[in-house]
Amino acid sequence: MPQIFHPSMNTISRATIFGAVFIIGFIGWLMGAVVRSPYATSAGVIKEQPVPFSHEHHVAECGIDCRYCHTSVEDSSFAGIPPTQTCMNCHRELWTESPILEPVRASYRTGEPLVWNRVHDVPDFAFFDHSIHIRKGVSCATCHGAVDRMPLMHREATLHMEWCLECHRQPERFVGPRELVFASAASPADESKVAQSNWIEAYHVQSKTDCSVCHR
Amino acid sequence: MNSNFRQPDTASDVPHRASDGSQFWRSLEELEGDDAFFVALRREFPEYANRLTDGATRRQFLQLMGASLALAGMQGCVEQPQEKIVPFVQAPEQIVPGKPLYYSTAMTHDGAGIGLLAESHMGRPVKIEGNPLHPAVPEIMSAAAETNRLRFGASDTFAQASVLSLYDPDRSQTVLRDGQISTWDAFAAELQATLSTLAEAGGRGLRILTETVVSPTFADQLRQLVELYPNAAWHQYEPINHDNELLGSRLAFDADVQTIYHVEAADVIVSLDADFLADGPMHLQQARGFANRRRVDSTGAASAASMNRLYVVESSLTVTGAAADHRLPLAPRAVAAFSLRLAQALGLQLEASESAENATSVGDQIPQEWLDAVAADLQQARGRGLVIAGRAQPPFVHAIAHWINATLGNVPGSVEYVEPIAARPELQLDSLRDLVNSMRAGEVHALVILAGNPLYNAPADFHFAAALENVPLTVHLSQYEDETSARCRWHIPELHFLESWSDTRAGDGTVSIVQPLVAPLRSGKSLHEVLATLLGNFAASSYEIVRSYWRSRLEAQSTEANSDVVWQQALHDGIVANTGSPAVQPTIRGDFAAVLGRQLSLSLPAGEGISVVFRPDPSLWDGRFANNGWLQELPRPLTTLTWDNAALMAPATADALQVKNGNVIEIIVEQTAISIPVLITPGQSANVVTLHLGYGRERAGRIGNSVGTNVYPLRSSGAMWHAEGAEIRATGRTHKLALTQHHHVMEGRNLVRAGTLTEFQEHPEHPAFMFEGHVPAEDVSMYPEHKYDGYKWGMVINQAACIGCNACVVACQAENNVPIVGKGQVLNSREMHWLRIDHYYRGSPENPEHYHQPMLCQHCELAPCEPVCPVAATTHSSEGLNEMTYNRCIGTRYCSNNCPYKVRRFNFLDYNRELRQDAVLQLASNPDVTVRSRGVMEKCTFCVQRISAARITAEKEDRKIRDGEVVTACQAACPTEAIVFGDLNDAGSRVRQESASALNYSVLGELNTRPRTTYLAVVRNPNPALR
Repeated sequence: MPQIFHPSMNTISRATIFGAVFIIGFIGWLMGAVVRSPYATSAGVIKEQPVPFSHEHHVAECGIDCRYCHTSVEDSSFAGIPPTQTCMNCHRELWTESPILEPVRASYRTGEPLVWNRVHDVPDFAFFDHSIHIRKGVSCATCHGAVDRMPLMHREATLHMEWCLECHRQPERFVGPRELVFASAASPADESKVAQSNWIEAYHVQSKTDCSVCHR
Repeated sequence: MNSNFRQPDTASDVPHRASDGSQFWRSLEELEGDDAFFVALRREFPEYANRLTDGATRRQFLQLMGASLALAGMQGCVEQPQEKIVPFVQAPEQIVPGKPLYYSTAMTHDGAGIGLLAESHMGRPVKIEGNPLHPAVPEIMSAAAETNRLRFGASDTFAQASVLSLYDPDRSQTVLRDGQISTWDAFAAELQATLSTLAEAGGRGLRILTETVVSPTFADQLRQLVELYPNAAWHQYEPINHDNELLGSRLAFDADVQTIYHVEAADVIVSLDADFLADGPMHLQQARGFANRRRVDSTGAASAASMNRLYVVESSLTVTGAAADHRLPLAPRAVAAFSLRLAQALGLQLEASESAENATSVGDQIPQEWLDAVAADLQQARGRGLVIAGRAQPPFVHAIAHWINATLGNVPGSVEYVEPIAARPELQLDSLRDLVNSMRAGEVHALVILAGNPLYNAPADFHFAAALENVPLTVHLSQYEDETSARCRWHIPELHFLESWSDTRAGDGTVSIVQPLVAPLRSGKSLHEVLATLLGNFAASSYEIVRSYWRSRLEAQSTEANSDVVWQQALHDGIVANTGSPAVQPTIRGDFAAVLGRQLSLSLPAGEGISVVFRPDPSLWDGRFANNGWLQELPRPLTTLTWDNAALMAPATADALQVKNGNVIEIIVEQTAISIPVLITPGQSANVVTLHLGYGRERAGRIGNSVGTNVYPLRSSGAMWHAEGAEIRATGRTHKLALTQHHHVMEGRNLVRAGTLTEFQEHPEHPAFMFEGHVPAEDVSMYPEHKYDGYKWGMVINQAACIGCNACVVACQAENNVPIVGKGQVLNSREMHWLRIDHYYRGSPENPEHYHQPMLCQHCELAPCEPVCPVAATTHSSEGLNEMTYNRCIGTRYCSNNCPYKVRRFNFLDYNRELRQDAVLQLASNPDVTVRSRGVMEKCTFCVQRISAARITAEKEDRKIRDGEVVTACQAACPTEAIVFGDLNDAGSRVRQESASALNYSVLGELNTRPRTTYLAVVRNPNPALR
């Protein structure tokens, strides 16, 4: 009986069998990579806004504290987006003719609010609370990155659940002194203060990973 | 598809049945051991509920499934939609995004106000709680509340559901003239023209019809109107009114009084057809007072003196009757006769007359030993007794109740009298009769109907619709374009109480300012604004009207220099201080016996055949809540009927008529017939058919139209509460009734524990009824033990305090965005309520004992649902919560299958679609809770969003959560504090104390699920003389 398969089939079949493993593995890796890529997460992607507001200018150059605009960050789940009035506190005096600021002035004049595109948007089934993280010594920069070096705002982190859990599983890596929570990332951290104490114990940080902490 | 995997089709493999009457039972079918019932019971869902009924072939099915699977996989790839942030231009004071604000307001219902706290998220009210400062509202966790910033009060189903009515898309949106869209200005112009012609005759021909007026501002406006038009007349009518009470007090005292019952002060309570736990202006306080005297502690000696005893004589089963130690079901006539015989036994001397003999003969069915026992008990509890007559009873029964309370010295201990709270107490039936007669005579030129729906609910013999034809100008102010609107020339949309200013009075007269929470969602006018228009002020806003009335009144009364301070305080507290009705001490008139004797002949018609009893519906009241889906789908107390009304009758009556559940019968009263399905109700009086008002609406809205049967056609002015001599015929038709009682049945195990006070006192530490017939749990587990170092959340439900009023069920629905599913889905056992109230009977079907068991996720420490979830969507938290993570759930339903308590609910369809698509309706949802989609399991979370909020507040202040700081939605609503929630690790917490009680037990504890929700057994206090 003649051979049905040429001996080269041995190689081909081996390559196919092992290749399939590699191909499946590759597809798995590719999916993971796409899901974590800025394409899917919008991390690092600058969103168009009605006014090209520069955090770099206002925070690093003017030295305005986060809480001047994000007033409810210590009290509420939502950090707060400033009302037009807050912008106009300064801009009724400064850059009053600037065409870039026309939407702000228009809003103030007409009473029509500005409509911003949300940059940090966790899914609606996840409930995040700013105030408790601030209170427990998680600085703004931990999640939002070096906002004071961002001329235009973008998302620094993926906001994936694995990213949240990174801190919730090992809070000691991220929790720092309360005094430095609002410190800009660009300013050098006071090493003596950071090294001084065990913040986890001092602030009674509970590394909660129960589902209902965020999902309810 | 077509397989019924592990679904038994024969009754032979069903082990338990409760055919022995001494056991607890849940339905007549169970008691009788009906085979079909037991087969159905073993199914989680009814037969065919899991089958494709639209004739899809196997191939089509596979195609569909393949497509759905592919789509399901793709769902995760949808890009997150860009969310917008819209900040204020000028930030208003106090609003912090993400933090709710609470405002005090009040709701007027049944001629009295109930004080509320409305929770507002960014300006939209989403949840209602009771205002604990309000006299009609008992406080929740009052001992612990002192230290907490937010204090809650109890509330009822209507208050809880009112927030959904606010967002109802079917509410009327525009002024209509003869059904065509018109404008307010056009209306004002036409009204002005008519008024100017009427003004010459002093307003003769102008009539106003309102509901019961208690609002001081509204009363003041009406006073001004009468000054302006001395010949105009104001009428009041509500189909469920207090006429009998009013006549009763005139009969007894020759004066109009408002009666306040201090139920907590009473040792012996006799209810003469009075549903005082769920009805009346102060029912929340009455329920609390009653329940406070039903709690027994482990020292049995103390509880013997503190526990009250409740006798209920009634013609239709009510929640009060279900809570009674002794309940006597009687025909309506016999209830009246009973009260007369009781008064005679207590010393009332009636002159011998025909009517007195008549009364005696009607009372033949009254067991003498019952009467003697009640009389003896009342005698013994002189000064600490209480007799309450129900609003359906004729005036002389109310007079007798007053007489007994006065004679036995129960005033002022358990009964207090104050001046009437109504702006003008009057007999509403007579008031409406006057109006209708004038309309027929053509004397009415302009009729302004301010709220109410007389065309639907006026007595049938008044022929209101025909009379309305004679009135040239008719105006109807109403929230919906309803039956009456359709026949009036003008329809004006009415504002909801959460969007306009007003004021109201509590059952003791205390005034509350009704404060709006939102600007009107739809254009509309308030009562005050329409009345101001009649007074010639076309532009006044409700706020100006209410504020100016109170400015002048406060400046006249207040010692405070600045009346604005008093006003602000009143708005904050929800009550205006020192506005309670003055107390009065009425005395029984000297010729009481003679006057009563004359009344008897009028009140005791001798009748044959079947009596028909009309009752307000526990969910829809007189029909005004017909378009509220939460209330329509709420299983009615005791019957668990949803989306329908039915003719409730006793098993014996049904046997005599040869009808079964769902058979449609024809009820004929004086040549008028209606068709209505039968619902056999254990405990219903023999030969009495109860009909609930409020159904069969034609123009209620999309939810309420054509639901149930309109029974108003049978209700005539001579038979407002019961009609005698009804004829009943079977029609041969059937109607499916959506009852929830049989859903999720837990087979023949004894799930309720109950005993008597005597039994309890024998062994207060180990009451025998806690152990008999119960398998003790073996404390073993193959899983590692959980450790709870921090909080350990738990709940204790006191079944002795639970009256089954349903407030918790609606509160849960409002708090947790629980959807309504509609009648068809309820018939398929797919109702979504996270909390249900199971109802158990014990004893004979003629007059069984009733037990309520609120059933919700038990948060088992060894939860059977957790290990079977393939994707870890249901997990155990470090604080012992059984968590449900919706975004993980893939809908296998294994957890629900494995849950012995049947408390998990599955979203078979996208029940929230309408909510998401309606821009206004979606405002009603709580932003702190995920709105679930199709294919997801859900269940009670112990209000984890409230735990989270409390934890964050406490952690920010570097302290632990205090007892009473986390109040679950069901607990907050409960008038009797039957539900207690807290930290079991906190030695001082109330939940810990109650869980240590000798009466504490776990439902199905023998399964070793170690539930975190435990129950306190019912202890009743029957009279040994009646055993």
